[in-house]
Amino acid sequence: MKGRLLLATGILATVGLSLLPFLWFVLTSFKSQTEIEAAPPAWWPSGSLEFYRAALFDHHLFNYAWNSALVAGSTTLLALLFAIPAAYALARLTVPGKQGILALLLCVSMFPQMAIAGPIWRLLDSLGGLNQRWGLVLPYVALTLPLAIWILASFFKELPPELEDAARVDGCGPWSILFRITLPLATPGIFTAAILILIYAWNEFFFALLILTQPEQQTLPVGIALFQGEFTMPWGELAAASVVATLPLIGVVLLCQRWIVSGLSAGAVKG
Amino acid sequence: MAELELRHISKSFREQAVLRDISLRVPNGSFTILLGPSGCGKSTLLRIIAGLEVQTAGQVLIDGNEVDHLPPAERDIAMVFQQYALYPHLSVRENLAFALKMRRAPRHVIDDRIAEAAQLLEIQPLLDRKPKDLSGGQRQRVAMGRAIVRKPKLFLFDEPLSNLDAQLRTSMRIELKKLQQRLQATMIYVTHDQVEAMTLGDRIVVIEGGRIRQADDPQRAYSAPADPFVASFIGTPPMNLWEGTLEAQGTNARFHAGGLMLTLPAQVRSALPPHPSTLTLGIRPEDISLENVPRSLPVEATVELIEDLGADLLIHCRVDQVKLVARAYRHTGISTGGKIRLFLPVNKLHAFLDQRRVDLPPITVS
Repeated sequence: MKGRLLLATGILATVGLSLLPFLWFVLTSFKSQTEIEAAPPAWWPSGSLEFYRAALFDHHLFNYAWNSALVAGSTTLLALLFAIPAAYALARLTVPGKQGILALLLCVSMFPQMAIAGPIWRLLDSLGGLNQRWGLVLPYVALTLPLAIWILASFFKELPPELEDAARVDGCGPWSILFRITLPLATPGIFTAAILILIYAWNEFFFALLILTQPEQQTLPVGIALFQGEFTMPWGELAAASVVATLPLIGVVLLCQRWIVSGLSAGAVKG
Repeated sequence: MAELELRHISKSFREQAVLRDISLRVPNGSFTILLGPSGCGKSTLLRIIAGLEVQTAGQVLIDGNEVDHLPPAERDIAMVFQQYALYPHLSVRENLAFALKMRRAPRHVIDDRIAEAAQLLEIQPLLDRKPKDLSGGQRQRVAMGRAIVRKPKLFLFDEPLSNLDAQLRTSMRIELKKLQQRLQATMIYVTHDQVEAMTLGDRIVVIEGGRIRQADDPQRAYSAPADPFVASFIGTPPMNLWEGTLEAQGTNARFHAGGLMLTLPAQVRSALPPHPSTLTLGIRPEDISLENVPRSLPVEATVELIEDLGADLLIHCRVDQVKLVARAYRHTGISTGGKIRLFLPVNKLHAFLDQRRVDLPPITVS
């Protein structure tokens, strides 16, 4: 009993602590300019929506959100498109040096961003991808692929191989096994990978800042960070914009949650 | 329906030989059992027949045609897996239809075949359920249904009953036998359970160490095992087997194994080598008699343990250091620790020389 109480307190404290900055931003976004500058700070906002209006319309937030949606959406789709066959091959087919390839993938994702920023910039420059939204999608796909392949490969490995044997006897080749048997059963893994890619691409700041310099093409994190105030830092607008930028992500995660149920393969083999 | 022939099949995984020179002919309509302990290569052999595994050497022929270059789907075989392998995201109906759909069979053919199989297996009420909502026995039926709807040339079963509890296994065994008689299909069935093998098959192929030890009808495999392995593998409790030496003693022969000594009559001796040699002698527990029967060898033994199985008793005895099990049908005042006289009928003895069976001549006079 005492242990459970301690556990509950610990959990609450951890959750509270990690949510605190976000909570403060949410509160700030509903304040008025005077409340923000008040000392001692005003804890409870008056519920003003002025910052939201300013963020959305004066700072062209919709434009940034649209860019983010395009970039993050196509990154997710493209990364999955490449990761699914790659992961399936690494999980199930006879590929020489399979373990080596998986280890290499892990190593690739360990490079610090700074180390690869220069080469990526030069590559995109020669490809004509600078200041193009697809120029941002390209490195995003490359950077998220290792993680996606690892997640998917481990999901594919979990599926009973007998199912694939049965499918082969029933007349499936590798591609139809993938599409008719493996993919429907690996839906939780696919959604997990998709959400992680989406979150990465939606929140990524460094490459977005490096590659896109035109405000018309910039994504939410960069757009918000570069909000210009006349004399001061526009804290209220920043807070409101951050809340708006987070909402779609939360929505997508909640929406996809019902797909991320494990145990979907129950009943395939002896339960 | 079809005939299967295996010619000199060998299989190695990384230098490790799993199957060695397997040749076998499975006639049309036969129910052939591949029987062996786990790891003997019997499942690998089944997978090679199915085309899920490629042999290192040798040929697989179905109806006289070599099928080695064909993928599993084009061999016209159906396989029932140990873990059922039902597609969990499809309903029972879709599971049954899957292979036919892959072959682009017309809608009405698929519907007819499903209805037929569902009726045969009594799974009509389950057609719209998902595999996870079925019991073990029901899943087993669906797995069989998936094979039946195909009307394949060959049915392959990979230990299909091993995941069911004992009672269900017995009833499914009987149903499977009836099914085979009804379909008149050629079936190959892998199991490590010798009771399944004896009851289901019209032919048993005993495999051990990647080799065929004996391919025979069940009764012969039981009454005339080809080597000591088959003798001990088929039958519960297993046959008593003693490795010992054989010496001439006048016109008779004397067999020694530890403290066990048997004097074999002259007629038996004539079938065995004339010089002193090592010999394995065996007798089934149920062939040992507690009463003096004609033409039998008496043995004095100490009772170590009595297992009462209800219908009969298993008497575990010891002659010096040599163990011996006899099956008796009633309690005859035997008690643990007591002495007992057992009689081994000469005509029920099995002899093995250099791991091969030696047929002993029937003894008519004592």
